[in-house]
Amino acid sequence: MSLSVPDLNLRIIAPVLIVAISALVVLLGELVTSSAQKRGLGYASLVGLLAAGGAAMGLWDAHAVAFREMVRADNFGVFLTLTILAGAVLCILLSFDFTRAHRIETGEYYALILFSVTGMLLMVTAADLIIIFLALELLSLPLYILAAFKREDERSLEAGLKYFLLGAFSSAFFLYGIALVYGATGTTNLARIAASAPSEMLLIGAGLLLVGFAFKVALVPFHWWTPDVYEGAPTTITAFMSVAVKAAAFGAFLRAFLVALPALAMDWRVVLAIIAVLTMTLGNVAALLQANIKRMLAYSSIAHAGYILIALVAMGGAGVSAALFYLLAYTLTNLGAFGAVIALGEGERERLNVSDYGGLARMQPLLAAMLTVFMLSLAGFPPFAGFVGKFLIFGAAVQNGWAWLAVVGVLNSLVSVYFYLRPVVAMYMSEPVEGWGAPRVAPLVALALVLALIGVIALGVFPAPAIALAAGGLGR
Amino acid sequence: MLTVNHLIFLSAILFSIGAVGVLVRRNPLIMFMSIELMLNAVNLAFVAFARYLQNLDGQVFVFLILTVAAAEVAVGLAIIVALFRQRETIDVDEASILKG
Repeated sequence: MSLSVPDLNLRIIAPVLIVAISALVVLLGELVTSSAQKRGLGYASLVGLLAAGGAAMGLWDAHAVAFREMVRADNFGVFLTLTILAGAVLCILLSFDFTRAHRIETGEYYALILFSVTGMLLMVTAADLIIIFLALELLSLPLYILAAFKREDERSLEAGLKYFLLGAFSSAFFLYGIALVYGATGTTNLARIAASAPSEMLLIGAGLLLVGFAFKVALVPFHWWTPDVYEGAPTTITAFMSVAVKAAAFGAFLRAFLVALPALAMDWRVVLAIIAVLTMTLGNVAALLQANIKRMLAYSSIAHAGYILIALVAMGGAGVSAALFYLLAYTLTNLGAFGAVIALGEGERERLNVSDYGGLARMQPLLAAMLTVFMLSLAGFPPFAGFVGKFLIFGAAVQNGWAWLAVVGVLNSLVSVYFYLRPVVAMYMSEPVEGWGAPRVAPLVALALVLALIGVIALGVFPAPAIALAAGGLGR
Repeated sequence: MLTVNHLIFLSAILFSIGAVGVLVRRNPLIMFMSIELMLNAVNLAFVAFARYLQNLDGQVFVFLILTVAAAEVAVGLAIIVALFRQRETIDVDEASILKG
C-alpha cells in the first residue's frame, strides 16, 4: 500500500480560498472594532469579494482539475462564480444602511454572508458529489443563522427555524442519494459515475439527489418553505438567498445531471419537464394572490426556478448557456427589485404591502422608474435582461424538441405580467398612502440599484458578449 | 450470514423512520433527532457499501457526515433556544405567524 500526495493545485480554488480568508478576517475584525466601525467590516468584505472575482477571471479557459478530480475549473464554473460574487457584492452594498436601521449591524453578519459565498463558489466548482454535499452545507448553515438574524423578531426566528428544519431534512435525502449512487457505481466522482453502467439503484439515487436539489432551488412540490422563509428573513438576506442560492444550487444541479447522469436522461427529462410545468404554474398563480411584496417575490422566485428547469430539460449546449445567462439576468434583476424595496424602507418599517407603493412615482420618480424596469425585466419585457433570458431558454427548448414546454413557459410569463405590474400601477396611478414620508435613498443603496440597472439594461440591449461567455463551458 | 442487502434494508428502514418522524412530530427537538436518525441511516449505508465494494471512500465520507451533523446541531439548537427565549414554547404548530 502506498500513499500518494494529492495534487494540491490551490490556484483552482483561489476564489473560494480568498472568500474564506476574508470571512475569517471579518470575523476576527468583529472583535477589535467598535460598533461605529462595523461599516468598515462591510467594506473589507467587498474587497474580499472583488479580489475573489479577479482570481476567478484568471481561471477563464483554465480547464483544469485538482484535488483528485474533486474540483474542476471550467468556464461554466467561472461564469457562475462571477454571477454569485456579483450577487454578493450587490447584497452587501444594500446591507450597510439596512443593518444599521434594523440594529443588526455586526461583523458576524458580513462574515456569515462570506462563509455562505464560500460554500456557493465551492459548489459550482465541485466535480464530486461529496464536495457538492459539503459545499451545500457550507452554503446553508450560515443562511439558517442569517435568516434568524433579527433575534428579537419572532418572524425572523420562525423563518430561521423553518429553513433550518426543512434544509436539514432535504440534505438527508440528498445524502442518501449520494450513498445509493456510491453503492451502484463505486464512486462519487461525476465523470466516473457517467462511465459506469446504469442500474435501478442509480436511478433511485438520482431521484433522491433530485429531491435535495429541488428543496434548495424551491421546485414544486418541495417549495413550501420558500414564502415563509423569504417573508420572515431580513430583506437583504431574502434578496441574497433568492439569487445566490439559486445560482449555486442550479450550477451543481446542472453539472450533476448533465455530467454524471446523461445515461438516465430518458428517465429524468420527463420527470423534470412535469416538475417545471407545476413549478411555473404554481409559482405564478400563487404570486397573483399575494398582497405582501416579499411573499410575491418569493413565489416569483419559485416560478423562475421553473423557467430555468426548462433549460435543464432541453439539455445540450444551448440549454446550459441559456440557464447560465438566465441566472445572471435573474440575479441582477431580482436584487434590483429587492434593492428598491429596501431603498423605500423607513427606519425599521418597510413597504411590504403593494398598497404602500401608492403615489411613489411623484415622490421618487427615479426610484419608481427603476423598480418599474426591474419588474418589467422579471416579467420578461424587451429590451431588458429578463426578456433575453426567457428567449434563450424557450429557444433552447424548441430547438431540442420540447416546444410544448416552451409554450407553457410563455403562457406562464403572460400570467406573471399581472402581478409584476401591480406595484407599478400603484406607484403611478394611486394616491400616496397616509403615514409614509418621502423616502430618502442612501448613497450605497443607490449605487447598488444603479449597478443592477446598468446590468439589466446592458444584458438586454447587448446580450451577445454574455451569451458568448455562457456558451459551451461545461467541462466533463 | 449478514450480506450488504440486509444492511441496506436496515438503513432504508431507519431512514424511513426518521423521515416519518420529521413529518409527524411537532417538537423541533424530536424532529431534529429524527433528522439525525436519517443521517445515521446514511452513514450505515455508506459503511455497508464501502465494505461490499472493498473501497474505503465510503468510510471516509462517514467522518465528513458526522462533522457536518455536529455543525448542524450547533446551529439548529441555537435557533431553537433563541426562539424559546422569545416565545416560551417551541411547538412548530405555534410557530405560524408566517403563512398565506
